[in-house]
Amino acid sequence: MTTAVAAAGLGTATRAGVEVRLENLRRRYGAVTALDGLNLTMAPGELVALLGPSGCGKTTALRLVAGLEQADGGRVVVGGEDVTGQPTNKRDVGMVFQAYSLFPHMTAWQNVAFGLQMRKVDASQRRRRAGEMLELVGLSGFADRFAHQLSGGQQQRVALARALAIQPKVLLLDEPLSALDAKVRARLRDEIRRVQLEVGITTLFVTHDQEEALAIADRVGVMNSGRIEQLGPPTAIYSRPATPFVAEFVGLTNRLPGVVRSGSVEVRGASIPLVQPDAAEGPAVALVRPEAVTIASDGEAATGPLVGTVIATAFLGATSRVTVDLGDVSVLAQLPTSEASAYPAGTRVRLALRPDPVLIARDEAKAERA
Amino acid sequence: MSRNRRLKLQVFRVIVFLVLGAFFLVPIGAMFEFSTRGNGENAPRTLAAWQTIFQTPDLVAAILASLALAVITSAGMLLLLVPTMIWVRLRLPGLSRVVEFLCLLPLTIPAIVLVAGLAPEYRWMNINLSDSILTLAFVYLILVLPYTYRTLQTGLAAIDVKTLSEAARSLGAGWGTVMGRIIVPNMWSALLNAALLSVAVVLGEFTIANLLNYENLQVAIALLGRANAGVSIAVAVASLLFAFILLVILSFFGRPRSRVARQADELAGFGRQLGGGLR
Repeated sequence: MTTAVAAAGLGTATRAGVEVRLENLRRRYGAVTALDGLNLTMAPGELVALLGPSGCGKTTALRLVAGLEQADGGRVVVGGEDVTGQPTNKRDVGMVFQAYSLFPHMTAWQNVAFGLQMRKVDASQRRRRAGEMLELVGLSGFADRFAHQLSGGQQQRVALARALAIQPKVLLLDEPLSALDAKVRARLRDEIRRVQLEVGITTLFVTHDQEEALAIADRVGVMNSGRIEQLGPPTAIYSRPATPFVAEFVGLTNRLPGVVRSGSVEVRGASIPLVQPDAAEGPAVALVRPEAVTIASDGEAATGPLVGTVIATAFLGATSRVTVDLGDVSVLAQLPTSEASAYPAGTRVRLALRPDPVLIARDEAKAERA
Repeated sequence: MSRNRRLKLQVFRVIVFLVLGAFFLVPIGAMFEFSTRGNGENAPRTLAAWQTIFQTPDLVAAILASLALAVITSAGMLLLLVPTMIWVRLRLPGLSRVVEFLCLLPLTIPAIVLVAGLAPEYRWMNINLSDSILTLAFVYLILVLPYTYRTLQTGLAAIDVKTLSEAARSLGAGWGTVMGRIIVPNMWSALLNAALLSVAVVLGEFTIANLLNYENLQVAIALLGRANAGVSIAVAVASLLFAFILLVILSFFGRPRSRVARQADELAGFGRQLGGGLR
């Protein structure tokens, strides 16, 4: 498909990505602060995913870039131009929405050509470019179909083609996969990434699905309460979370009560180094990834603070997640499935905690101690 | 659904259709029969009353005035209500209750009260602007609001106005284009229904025109009824037929392409099911 599109001249027709800056963006809805001084700089051609729970402000940020809402403060700078006060139709952004947004009375081809018509592109060029775009998303055979004659995945692909047809400076994707079933979602996610790389457009992708964000983005910004808590490559977000919120929101985390002493946290007799070695001493909750927990079978007679009983095993394909009850707390361990199968429910096991640096949470520690 | 149950349902549908058809058609048939009676007990049937319609200048003028009023009212209603409702839905959702209240208000005000309130306005208008019967369009515009508001509201609720308009805006469309090329084509049947309701209300309106001393179709029919009952009934039948023909035209020729395609799809699907059933 890439070759066909290149042959059709799409590569030369597309615009190089531009830098996008969100500077100190603020937005309030009555008493609720949706964005609290958001800062983000996207490099040309980069795909940044904003990830966070509902109400964290990620969609508001995207809508401010699109011009669908006005900021209470701050600036949106696209390709060096301050577009903060510009209306949506003058901003040169392409957008794919969460809800199906194809115009129902138009065919797929007419939908894709609509933006070009708004830009007064002549009919022959419009036809050629709309055809190229439909080919880019693999739907050239569906040009004459109306939205109701397309599946959900196809509709979102047409919406992507429509957004890209106008050669926007920025592509904005507002949870475009959330209405699709799991299989289509994974396929379309890869498709979006392929198209984005091929076109080289700076893209802001908003999602609440961590797997989606980690799989597709160059960098992930984890948002909480209107701010970005951590911004970095997916591997860094997962393996070196900067805050307890990020650690708990991205991936599963065991919350194990312990005590901080001289740069490490003691958890049930095991000493684990801290991400922040200068943390104040005292009680804390260590946030331990299931991958950092290993299991050894010790037989029925085994005792100790890390000895417990397997209560459930969730098969995840290549790996399995084993839940071990330690009496006062349950711990998740993620193991290769071949290894996990040795520990059926009811088996007495001894856990070991890998000495990877961990984060600690304080407020909850006080609450739990109380 | 079992075959027996399906058959019963079909029979029920046919019976309902026949009963309702008779309910509407019998009075119209009786009116037609009355309008074609000759003078005297054994006189042959005649279309004299129907021919007289076109030979009565006042009646023709009243028909033309009512038709003009129907067109002006429908157009005015659509121009006033459609952009307002779309705008309120998109930008001022907090005002939707107020707009709904204002639009439904005329339903609760008797025509006589409406006239009492509007009479001074019309007196002023007659002196300073125009005394044309077409000025009735102002009051008719108010009169049709409750009926058309509900129809348009249903049409708007059937589409995701917010997402469609945001998508169009992000592609470079101005608000005029969003309304004219995106929203309106997707609520086409609601617009046609609203227009048809306006036409029906205006063609059937008597009280206000009569009290404000204008001679529209219904007033002309009433006046004529005193002198020549046959002609007045013929005009009444003709106006009913006109409304019916208008309805048929609007429903068959006003459908957007996507709906035609959808119906063709459904028809093809039904054909396939039927084919499968027969095999």
